Order: sequence, then structure tokens, then C-alpha cells
Amino acid sequence: MESIDLTVVWALIIGFAVFAYVVMDGFDLGIGILFPTLKVGEERDQAMNSIAPVWDGNETWLVLGGGGLMAAFPLAYAIILPATYPLMIAMLLGLIFRGVAFEFRWRDPRHRAFWDLAFTAGSVAAALSQGIALGAILQGIRVREGAYAGGWLDWLSPFSLLTGVALLTGYAALGAAWLNWKTEGGAQNHARRMVHLLVPAMIAMLIAVSAATPFLNYDYWRRWFDFPGVLLTAQVPLLVAICAFVLLRSLAAGAERLPFLMLLVLFLLCFVGLGISIFPYAVPRSVTIWAAAAPPRSQSFMLAGAMFIIPIILAYTGWAYWVFRGKVGTHGYH
Amino acid sequence: MLEHLDAVVLARVQFAFTVSFHFVFPAFSIGLASYLMVLEALWLRTGKGVYANLFRYWLMIFSVVFGMGVVSGVVMSYQFGTNWSVFSEKAGPVIGPLMAYEVMTAFFLEAGFLGVMLFGMNKVGKGLHFLATCMVALGTLISATWILAANSWMQTPAGHLVTEQGQFVPGPSWWAIVFTASFPYRLVHTVIAAYLTTALAVGGVGAWHLLRDRANHGARKMFSMAMWMAAIVAPIQIFVGDAHGLNTLEHQPAKILAIEGHYEPSPEGASLILFGMPDSKAARVDYAVEVPKLGSLILKHDPNAALPGLNDFPREDWPPVAIVFWSFRIMVGLGFAMLGLGLWSLLARWRGGLYDWRWLHRAALGMGPAGFVAVIAGWITTEVGRQPFTVYGLLRTAESHSPLAAPAVATSLIAFVVVYFFAFGAGIYYLLRLMAKAPQPGEPEPPSQPQRAAGITPAPAAASMER
Ligand code: HDD
Ligand code: HEM
Ligand code: HEM
Repeated sequence: MESIDLTVVWALIIGFAVFAYVVMDGFDLGIGILFPTLKVGEERDQAMNSIAPVWDGNETWLVLGGGGLMAAFPLAYAIILPATYPLMIAMLLGLIFRGVAFEFRWRDPRHRAFWDLAFTAGSVAAALSQGIALGAILQGIRVREGAYAGGWLDWLSPFSLLTGVALLTGYAALGAAWLNWKTEGGAQNHARRMVHLLVPAMIAMLIAVSAATPFLNYDYWRRWFDFPGVLLTAQVPLLVAICAFVLLRSLAAGAERLPFLMLLVLFLLCFVGLGISIFPYAVPRSVTIWAAAAPPRSQSFMLAGAMFIIPIILAYTGWAYWVFRGKVGTHGYH
Repeated sequence: MLEHLDAVVLARVQFAFTVSFHFVFPAFSIGLASYLMVLEALWLRTGKGVYANLFRYWLMIFSVVFGMGVVSGVVMSYQFGTNWSVFSEKAGPVIGPLMAYEVMTAFFLEAGFLGVMLFGMNKVGKGLHFLATCMVALGTLISATWILAANSWMQTPAGHLVTEQGQFVPGPSWWAIVFTASFPYRLVHTVIAAYLTTALAVGGVGAWHLLRDRANHGARKMFSMAMWMAAIVAPIQIFVGDAHGLNTLEHQPAKILAIEGHYEPSPEGASLILFGMPDSKAARVDYAVEVPKLGSLILKHDPNAALPGLNDFPREDWPPVAIVFWSFRIMVGLGFAMLGLGLWSLLARWRGGLYDWRWLHRAALGMGPAGFVAVIAGWITTEVGRQPFTVYGLLRTAESHSPLAAPAVATSLIAFVVVYFFAFGAGIYYLLRLMAKAPQPGEPEPPSQPQRAAGITPAPAAASMER
């Protein structure tokens, strides 16, 4: 185990889990965010049916991200969660409303309007709190003697609110692109219009967040602009621009799948950008991944399983998506 | 200091509230997933429509229960970090990997196949659909295994080392961490509890419909299946519970003494206190109704064996006696009531009155929710009995919590209470409504073609009223 650094491997695995969560539950939450703009009846039912068979699996990546963090980087878990306490609670409560709405809106047609509202409110709350938490982590957390040392509203700042709205916009764009792929008729037309609006909005947000990040701390600045690293880091914004261009063109040409895939690539680029800013910290600028790491025996025990199990998970998850391939149709699966 | 204490108490209340709510759903979904697997297997083997109808009937209920289990469970996995950060940091290297394995081997399995199980009837073949059902059922059992391994390590910790900073880290063998002394007992007892809970719930629903229509074929079938389960499993559960108690006496004696209400040591054999009012301040049980020597007979299998008392332990290590004293009696009382119901149903079956004895049906209806009560009572016994430690004997609850101000915890607690009662209250109401609908009275044979989404085409009822 000398040659590979287990801690870096685990940082990558958890990064992957969080990324998988962000894009997969991202489009579920995005549909929740866009729900009020869809027509009651067929449009909403199609949207709901397009994610009903997969949302649970998508959300499970969040449990892996959290559980994995506790297991591989217990110190980071123990600092970040108390530091973002109200956000985490809001996210969990939001996810409750979002999750039960899937079932309840079909069980109780008389109150469907209410559960549709709960679906949206829950999705918005979860998306916002995740985005704000991201900003809070980026701007830094007060740590003393290996424990969170701030108050319970330290996370609140203009920057964190900005990241909150940015993530909300990004999720909405993902949701719209998914609907453009999976639905037909009125719902699809509507979704296509929404992607056209949301992608530029998302890029504007991205620029705003990227512009603000280097000013949070000189460290971030050096990461991005010092020579010769800048030759490499400059590729990220360049790729983002290319990606957005391809996306909007393909949409105009009536493509259904490509816009969604390009959005995934966009999210991946944002993620790489985040990685450039944060690495090698688990809690930016106070605790590195090595300081936060669980002992090698914990990490290697989990890695032995993860190496085999995660590919299997990806295989049967892929199969489940394959079973429900194609357009949802109006009757859906309910 | 007082403020500091309050945050701990509030965090404990919050944990107890959310986990108790959570566990109600897994207790039902572990049992229902296996029941659905059996129903689908019977349908595939016999081709009888009644099984297909029951499958669909309980599948609808399962999907609501499962959904609530998932969202309340996600709350649990984050609660360790939000409210028990010190515990997470210290015990994370040991129990974190167990929970990570739970996610990887169980949660993904359930979630991945759930979509196909719920909505895939007309998308995949019967064999694949049955496979999906089996995978979901297997996932629930794997989940129980890992989480109970984690919980059992907290009860009877073993296999770890402690660093200078007081962090628990894995020792040379993970085997020792997973298979701690109480784990096999806890696993068997809890999984049986889930099956028993489900059997009683199914039996209660069957009884309700039999009381209204004795001829309903589906109601008869589910009632009969549930009563077999209760009759066979309730005695096993009592036997396992007894073994669990003996094991706990060995590893957590203070917990058992609190359960029994024994403050004073009993060198000549302990009595069994049936009822009474434990008073920890005065260290005695008031108004005790007791049977001499029976306590030692149960716990030591020898009426004259000596037992220690709580007074042999430092007071600051006592669990809250009254809570575990009562929760244990509720669980055991219900366990014997379940045994009684099972025996009664056997008698009715033998006399040919299983579908006609109204009082049996009324009793089964009344016992419908008993499993849930027993399960929560059991967990309260186990968890409160572990107090005042989170890692038994090694890490105190008062030293495990997050550095949070009381108002933050109080606000979130109120939010949880309001949201849970509202969202899960609505869910439970929908469940009761689904259960109040009778299963289709006449069961057509399933068509040989892949099924349509709308379900099986209704054939003339007469063709299938054979019983
Ligand atoms: C993996 C660990 C784990 C598992 C499987 C459970 N618990 Fe637990 N429980 C804890 C870990 C824990 C804890 C984190 O350690 C707590 C929080 C405060 C404490 O003292 O222990 C706790 C406290 C706690 C309390 C409050 C005790 C007190 O503060 O006096 C109750 C009533 C329960 N739990 C009930 C349950 C139920 C109904 C469970 C079934 C699902 C359950 N626990 C599973
Ligand atoms: C404090 C302890 C617990 C935590 C942190 C916890 C965590 C979770 C999480 C995160 C989920 C959702 C998984 C998903 O997304 O599919 C879940 C569901 C589940 N949990 Fe728990 N759990 C706890 C206690 C238990 C216990 C003691 C058992 C069983 C003995 C159990 C059995 C299950 C099962 C079977 C599910 C599947 C979903 C369902 O039942 O509806 N859990 N749990
Ligand atoms: C009547 C006979 C029973 C006896 C003697 C018995 C015994 C016990 C004991 C001693 C414990 C605590 C173990 C510990 O913490 O170390 C326990 C826990 C528990 N019991 Fe029972 N029990 C009985 C019936 C039941 C029934 C009928 C159910 C539910 C249907 C049930 C569900 C549970 C659960 C869920 C726990 C917590 C998990 C565990 O520690 O296993 N029990 N039981």
C-alpha cells in the first residue's frame, strides 16, 4: 500500500459519489423546481413518471457521500455538518417532502395540488441548501482544536447565497434537459424553451461564482492564476464555453439526448474546477484530507469492497435505466 | 453548564424521535418485502390469481411504506454528523465502514431494483420481475445486518484500539468488530421481530375484511398465511428473546438489572418482579408484585443462583431504570399476547373455524398494530439501557454531541416533530385507506401474456370463486 495513497483514492471515490448525486438527483430536483411551470394533468404526470422509477437510486448517492465521508474522513464529517447545521436540516426536511410527494400525489387526487406544491417546495429547499452549503465550505469554516468553532449562522454570506442560487439554476437546467429527452408533446416543447432560458442563466451564475471565488482567499487566486498552472486551469473555462455552444446548437437542431449529455459535461467541468480550488483540503484551508483521514485499516477495508461493488452498482443501475428507456408516454408506469 | 446539558438532552430527544419514526417503516418493509417475494413465487408456481391479486394489493402498500422508510432513513445517516459530531469523529473509523458497506451492498440494491419491482411488471419478463422482488427483499435483510452490526458494536464494543486522542480505530481483525458478542442475538431477534410485525399487520387487515365479508378469497388467504406465521414465529421469538437476555446479562449486566428492577444484590437467588414502581433515588421498587426465585431461574436457569444488583455499580453508570423496566414489560407482554393469538388460530384451524370465529378475527384486528409497539418498546429497552454511554463503557453520551447551541437544536427538533407528524401522519392515513379497501373478491387466472400496466383483466368472477 506504499505506492498508492489510500486517502487520495477515497477523496476521489467520495468526489465521484457527490458528483453522481449532483447530476442524478440534480435532474430530479430540477423537475421539482420546474414543476409549477408545467401544466396540471398530462404534463406534470409525464414529468413525475419519468423519474418515479429512478429517484430512490439517485438519492442513494447522497447517502454514500455522507456515509463515506463519515467512514473515510470522520474529522471532516464532524466539522462540516455542525458548521452547516440549519442547511443540513433544511435539506433533509426538503427531501422528505419531495420524497413522499411521489407516492402521495397519486394516493390522494383531492389533495394533489398540495402534494405538488410540497414536491416543489421540498426540491427548492434541498437545492438551495446544498448550494449554500457548498459556498459555506468554499469560503472557509472556523475550526479550533479539530472541532467546529463558529456560530450557527456562520454559513450565511452573499457568496454562499450566490452559490445557492447558482446550484438551483443548474439543477433546473438539468431537469429541463431531462424532460426534453424523456417526454413528448406539450411537455417537451415547454422543456425545450426552458433549457434555452436556463443554460445562459446557469452560465452567467457560473461566471459570477468563478469570478468571486479567487477573491475569497489568496490561495484560490494562486491556484488559478499562477504561472505555469494557469496554462492548465485556463482550459476549464475554455471547455465550458465550447460545451455551452454545442449544447445550445444541438437544442436548436432538435436534438433530444445531446443537450442533456452536454449539460452533464458542463457539470463535470464545474466539478473539476471545484477540485482545483479545494484540493488537497477536506475542509478548505483548515483541514487537509490527510489530517481528516481515518486510519488506513478503515480505508483499505472499505476499498476492498468498493472496488468490486461500485462497478456492480453502476451496472444494475444502468440496467434499471435501460428498462425504462425511451419516452415515458402519457400513462406512465402508475 | 446548564445550557450545555440542554443541548445534549435535546439532541437525544431528537435522535430518539427520528429513529423511532424511522424504524417503524423498516420493521414493516423488511417483512413485507419477504412476504411479497413469497406471494410472487407462489403465483409463478401455482398460477393462481389469488396470489397475483394479493401481490398487487400489498405492493401498493409496500411502495408507500418503503418511500417513508427511505426519506426517514436519509435523515438518520446525516444525524450522526449534525448532532453527534464528536461521536462520529471518534467512532467513525470503526462504525463508518460498516455503514458504508450497508449503503454499497444494501441501499443501492434495494433502490436499483425497486423501480423495476414497482413499475416494471409490463416492461420485463416474469422471471426478471421476480428477480427484482428478490433483490429488494435481500437488500432489506442485508441492510438490517450491517446497521445492527454497527449498533451491536456500540452495545458490546470489541476488536478496536483506542488512540491517544481517544479515537476508536480498527484492530487487527474486522471480523471481531462485525461479530461482536451481542450481534447474532440482536440480528435474529430484530429480523424475527420485523416478520412478526408484518404478520400481525397482514393478519389484522385480513381479519378486518373477514369481519365484513367472510367469503372474500383474498382476505381468507392473507389471514391464514399471517396466522401460520404468528403461530410458528412467536414462540421462536420468545425463545430467542430469552437467549438475548442471558447474553446481555453477561455483557451488559447493569442493563439487565435495570430491566429487572434489581437494585439490591440477591445472593440467594433473585425474584422476578412482575410489576412495580422503580424509584432510582431511593434505589427500590415500590408496590412490587414479585415471584420469588423466578428471576434467577430465568436468567441463570437455577432458582438459587446469585445475581448482583445495581448498587454494585457506580450510580453514574446506571441507565434510567423506570423507562427500561416498563418498555421491557410492554414488549414481553405483547410477545406473549402474540403467542396466545397464534395458539388460538391453531385451535380454530384444527376445529375448522379459522374463517368463522368472529372473536378470533376481532382479536387479530386488535393485535394488528401490536408488532410496531413491541418493536419500538424493544429498541427503547436496548438503547436507553445502554445509557449513559454511546459506546458502552467507553464513551459517554454527554461527551458525544456536537458543539451546537441549544436554540439551534431546539429549533430543528420542533421542525422535525412538525414535519414528521404532518408528512408521515398523512402517509399513515393513506396506508390505512389502502388497507381498508378489500382485496378483489374474485380472482381471475393471470393471463399468460405479459401483463398490461392496468393489471390483470377482470374475468367472470364465477370462474375463480373456487376455494
Ligand atoms: C448505529 C447506531 C444506532 C442504531 C442502529 C440505533 N441507534 Fe438508537 N441511538 C444511537 C445509535 C443507534 C446513538 C447515536 O448512539 C444514540 C444517540 C444518543 C445516544 O445516547 O445514543 C441513540 C439513542 C437512542 C434513544 C435515546 C436513548 C436516550 O437518549 O436515553 C432511543 C430511544 C433510540 N436510540 C432508539 C433507537 C431505535 C428505535 C433504533 C432502531 C432503529 C435505534 N435506536 C437504532
Ligand atoms: C440509527 C440507525 C439507522 C440509520 C442511520 C439508518 C439509515 C438508513 C438510510 C439512510 C436509509 C435510506 C436508504 C435508501 O436511500 O434507500 C434507511 C432505510 C432502511 N433502513 Fe435504516 N437506519 C437506521 C436504523 C435501521 C435499523 C436498526 C434497521 C433494521 C434492523 C434499518 C433497516 C432499514 C431498511 C430495511 C431500510 C430500507 C428502506 C425502508 O425500510 O423503507 N435501519 N436507513
Ligand atoms: C416475550 C419474549 C421476549 C423477550 C424475552 C425479549 C427479550 C429482549 C431483550 C432482553 C432485549 C434487549 C437486549 C439488549 O439490549 O441487550 C430485546 C430487544 C428487542 N426486542 Fe425483544 N423480547 C421478546 C419479545 C419481542 C417481540 C414480540 C418483539 C417484536 C415483535 C421484540 C422486539 C425487540 C426489538 C426490536 C429489540 C431491540 C433490538 C435488539 O436488541 O434485539 N421482542 N428483547
